[in-house]
Amino acid sequence: MLLSSLDITPADLAERAGWELKPEGACKGELCVPLAGDARASAAALAERLGMPVVHDEIHRLWAVGPSTAAGRALETAVVPELVLPDLDGNELALSSLRGQRVVLAAWASW
Amino acid sequence: MWQALRAELHPKGVEIVTVALDTGGADAARPFIEAASPEHPSLIDQAHVSDELFGFVNVPMAVWIDEEGTLVRPAYAAHVQHSPLRDSPIPDDLEGPLRDLLTEVKKIRTNVDDHLAALRDWAEHGSASRFALSPDEVVARSQPRSRDQARAAACFELGQHLWRTGDRDAAVPWFREAHRLDPNNWTYKRQAWTFATTPDGQPSDLMQGPTDLYEGNWLDDVRRLGAENYYPLEDFSA
Repeated sequence: MLLSSLDITPADLAERAGWELKPEGACKGELCVPLAGDARASAAALAERLGMPVVHDEIHRLWAVGPSTAAGRALETAVVPELVLPDLDGNELALSSLRGQRVVLAAWASW
Repeated sequence: MWQALRAELHPKGVEIVTVALDTGGADAARPFIEAASPEHPSLIDQAHVSDELFGFVNVPMAVWIDEEGTLVRPAYAAHVQHSPLRDSPIPDDLEGPLRDLLTEVKKIRTNVDDHLAALRDWAEHGSASRFALSPDEVVARSQPRSRDQARAAACFELGQHLWRTGDRDAAVPWFREAHRLDPNNWTYKRQAWTFATTPDGQPSDLMQGPTDLYEGNWLDDVRRLGAENYYPLEDFSA
């Protein structure tokens, strides 16, 4: 996640990262990470609690927030996240629009 | 590559969605997509967001998703066709870096036939397929993610953003840092190497040889790992 400022709400950070703030903590699928007061008060504290590294590019005034390490794995849940990407013509497709079909999502590259 | 398989699996309720992990965007991916004439969605992931979301660390890799939007296979090396390059002998008169590259390429292991059989089984049997994993198994078998690997993703994100917005010199240190933090992520390496070795406007270079910009290159890094280990393979034989 790229940010021009860390001055966003914890709820914004959570939503962009695919987490939901509930009374029991920050949750993704079946995983909930309990949150102390400060993690609910500041995006930086929430990122730290979820093990999301924050990298600052001072020259370009950009912050990159890395994915969570709360589960120690690439997946915290088997629930597929939303993914919206364009095709060759720039038309966007949301992965969720394919619900009702089985999907093999295959990564490749020109390199 | 996937279109032929799609023609076979789609009538059974399985759609293929290909995602090009190409920061070079449509320009880089277009020749391949147009040559394939796919009937399935063919998407472009310039920012490499799906690497982070699913744990793609090389290509080709794939995940399986059921009708409810639940993963039933986490990211795995997904070979779907036998490679003439791997199967043919190296010409006797071929020398130099290309010979060295092909020597290593031929050592890379794949499991095309077992993989295709597993896909066909899932197409046929759906959730009853022995290859469809439970949610807990999917999570447990997904790629590990350390703090350094997560930081590598953030660094790569900065790099790809700067590259795409025209500040290529500034992108390089972020790509280098991503490589340092996550040396087993071939996606981050190969994307950056290709940018360094491909002349502007040319198709993406596949040799990814040594440059002044990066510590590694494809041949040396694969030799260090052992080409036999280059694609950790999912066991679809059972």
